[in-house]
Amino acid sequence: MTPQSDALLELSGIGKRFGGLAALSDVSLHIRRGEIYGLIGPNGAGKTTLFNIITGLYQPDEGGFTFGGAAYAHCKPHLLAHAGIARTFQNIRLFANMTALENVMVGRHVRTRTGIWGALTRNAAARAEERAIVQRARELLRQAGIDRPHQTLAKHLSYGEQRRLEIARALATEPKLLALDEPAAGMNATETESLKALLQTIRASGITVLLIEHDVKLILGLCDRVAVLDYGKKIAEGLPDDVRRNPAVIAAYLGGEAA
Amino acid sequence: METLLQQIINGLVQGSVYALVALGYTMVYGILGLINFAHGEVVMVGAMVALSAIMLLINSGLPPLLVLLAGMIVAATACMALGYAIERVAYRPLRNAPRLAPLITAIGVSIVLQNLAMIIWGREYHAFPQLLPNSPHMLAGAVINEVQIIIVLAALAVMAGLLVLVHRTRLGRAMRAVAENPAAAALMGVDINAVISVTFMTGSALAALAGIMVSANYGIVHYYMGAILGLKAFTAAVLGGIGNLRGAMLGGVLLGLIESLGAGYIGDLSGGFFGSHYQDVFAFFVLIAVLIFRPSGLLGERVAERA
Amino acid sequence: MMNKKQKPMIQEMIFGNPSSRKAWFVFAALAVALLLLPFATEALLGRGWVRIVDFALLYIMLALGLNIVVGYAGLLDLGYIAFFAVGAYCYALLGSPQFGLHLPFWVVLPLGALLACAFGVLLGAPTLRLRGDYLAIVTLGFGEIIRIFLNNLNAPVNITNGPQGINMIDPIRIGGFSLSGTHELFGITFSPVHLYYYLFLCVTLLVIFVSLRLEDSRIGRAWMAIREDEVAASAMGINTRDIKLLAFAMGATFGGAAGGLFAGFQGFISPESFGLTESVMVVCMVVLGGMGNIGGVVLGGALLVLLPEALRNGAGPAQQALFGKTLIDPESLRMLMFGLALVLVMLWRPAGLWPSTQRRRELSPDAEVAHQEQESVYDAAK
Repeated sequence: MTPQSDALLELSGIGKRFGGLAALSDVSLHIRRGEIYGLIGPNGAGKTTLFNIITGLYQPDEGGFTFGGAAYAHCKPHLLAHAGIARTFQNIRLFANMTALENVMVGRHVRTRTGIWGALTRNAAARAEERAIVQRARELLRQAGIDRPHQTLAKHLSYGEQRRLEIARALATEPKLLALDEPAAGMNATETESLKALLQTIRASGITVLLIEHDVKLILGLCDRVAVLDYGKKIAEGLPDDVRRNPAVIAAYLGGEAA
Repeated sequence: METLLQQIINGLVQGSVYALVALGYTMVYGILGLINFAHGEVVMVGAMVALSAIMLLINSGLPPLLVLLAGMIVAATACMALGYAIERVAYRPLRNAPRLAPLITAIGVSIVLQNLAMIIWGREYHAFPQLLPNSPHMLAGAVINEVQIIIVLAALAVMAGLLVLVHRTRLGRAMRAVAENPAAAALMGVDINAVISVTFMTGSALAALAGIMVSANYGIVHYYMGAILGLKAFTAAVLGGIGNLRGAMLGGVLLGLIESLGAGYIGDLSGGFFGSHYQDVFAFFVLIAVLIFRPSGLLGERVAERA
Repeated sequence: MMNKKQKPMIQEMIFGNPSSRKAWFVFAALAVALLLLPFATEALLGRGWVRIVDFALLYIMLALGLNIVVGYAGLLDLGYIAFFAVGAYCYALLGSPQFGLHLPFWVVLPLGALLACAFGVLLGAPTLRLRGDYLAIVTLGFGEIIRIFLNNLNAPVNITNGPQGINMIDPIRIGGFSLSGTHELFGITFSPVHLYYYLFLCVTLLVIFVSLRLEDSRIGRAWMAIREDEVAASAMGINTRDIKLLAFAMGATFGGAAGGLFAGFQGFISPESFGLTESVMVVCMVVLGGMGNIGGVVLGGALLVLLPEALRNGAGPAQQALFGKTLIDPESLRMLMFGLALVLVMLWRPAGLWPSTQRRRELSPDAEVAHQEQESVYDAAK
């Protein structure tokens, strides 16, 4: 694969070790603007580690990545969020004791500027900004299909709602790339369907989506391209149908499950 | 040269005591993630109970060593009961409560213990009878008492025993399992509550022993002795990496050495500006510096934040 | 509409909600009660209690300051009293015969607050990346360091006067009007404890105002996000180090200001007032009252100052009445009961007397949510 001008996120030769264990070695990916890109692989293949690297939680031991053309390896998480990468977490990490609305409003932090002075004086600019934050947060909650009172504490939402709230919170940061870590985990069929619709809406609005998922059906029905990780290495990349037929992938992961 | 050796000896003795108390903090923290703020007061109660028991027996004609042993057993038993009670009353009901709730009950318990001790034993300083042989020995110009030698040796023996308990026995394995993942340990059939109780009792027995050691070393017992000792020992546990047994031992001994060397040399180092009053400042500066460079303490795990 | 509801109730009580007559009534009643409090206290309990109420206000200010650090941002600070000490000593050194300086309070007080803020940044910058309990011990150590310095900086150069402390500190004086004098105004005699009461009340209300505005703002939400989940907060683009430092600096500033007021009020300070016990007490106020909730923190502060005093006055006489003589040292007895009260209250209400989640429930229009909340105050939060 040669670097292409339409690449939004370009990983080259990423390596990460924990103690003696190589969690990732020499992983290169390129994710194009506007696509839904799936990352699959058995448990422990290094998918979440890769996520943590591109969102700045871990630093790669080798290699680096560019985002929108600029190099971003060894950056703090908040700078990557600022650059336009937003994520959700495999084991939902909401602000549990804040309301659904507040959770999404926190997502607006990185795109707003009111400081101490504005907060204390509540001047015209601060009030206008606050109104815009609330308005945008409500839109996003509606879009994510959370129709409970927005004052409900995050921890009291149903599991599916919590997953969707996490997506709404991530979208509030106005990302160019939305990275979702197993968004359908634990969802029933109906919830998965509505998630799928939501992801298509998101993509239609011009946001690139990077998806880690176990639900093969979801991946195959949704993703434009798929990469497969196994033991920290990329063993396949391409169109979902091609990847599904790839013998190495079948051996490593899909097995009978895909049939 | 003589002062250097002397300060090292003093530091080792004090550090052994810190280490024993620090173990109590670190065991509880390892298993519950909780700062047992009342632990320092358990040390004080141990010393006080031992004193009372010894005063009862001292004129009974028993050999002094036997009297001391009896005092130790009574104190350790009392402290184990106390540790068990503290956990049952002040911590267990709050195991799923907000993180800071047990901190406040711990503070409450330590206020209660301190004032109970004041009511029972009074505000005054008590002399702790000298039951161990205490002849000074000269060692390359430095003085070391037999009591001090016994303290260091006893502390070493107890620590070795604790390591064996935790790493080589069934009970120790259960402790480590609960510390690692309580839910999984429970699924594997470990009785979590029993393990936690035993942990508190073990820590409290160590505290009783430490209380007797300090008392024997300084010959004085006071209702307020636990607060400062507890604070230092907690510092030592954090210095070594809280939750880690070897860390607590290392941290305790190091803190003892730092303090005593700091007290001995800080005047010279600062051109006489800082006196030995600043030994505590010195200890805390070292603590802060260590944590800035090693945020999880000296032997603490460097856990990358799990995402 | 929803946005209105989201605002804390006290805020509505203080600033009024024009559409609600009831809120106005509560507001007016509260204002009258607060204005009359010192005179009512004096009439019912004596002048000594007015002084105690003044101290309660000082401690409420401290608790509110610490609430920003502990309650909002979730950072456990066990050395908070150090900032109180910095403010107090700044005031005392620049406004007493110690150096013969007598700068006016409106210079010294802000200076003390600023200095405390600087100390907060100095301590926070290298240490705020430490995880919870490590930060706690570092702040504890910092508090002890400050106290030990104050205790010992009387030799070789006498700066702080050591354990004796600093005496004859200038009272707070506005123009020619000294708060430490007795004044006749509108035909009413105001003694110093009354005047300081009104000053402290004003400052406390100011701190409440600032806290409420911050709580319900972009900054406040960022603090709470960090408290709830620091990793998620940073992934959402919050610069956790800067925002935590901001909380630390704000808390320190309030602590420093309260310290200056304390020095001017007492006229005498010594390192004894700035020990670990005091730090721990302020933490207790915040947690026991209900961290993160202004009303709870005010309640906690008032209770933990007034309760021991009430016990002090009760412990001796009660024994006399019951047994005809004093069996147990009243001082020990009162602290014993105080410790017991701390334990019992926390067991009874683990999230604090008036937790912030409960306040949300009270404001919540949705009955089902309210029901769920009831159950979960006792389980989830960590």
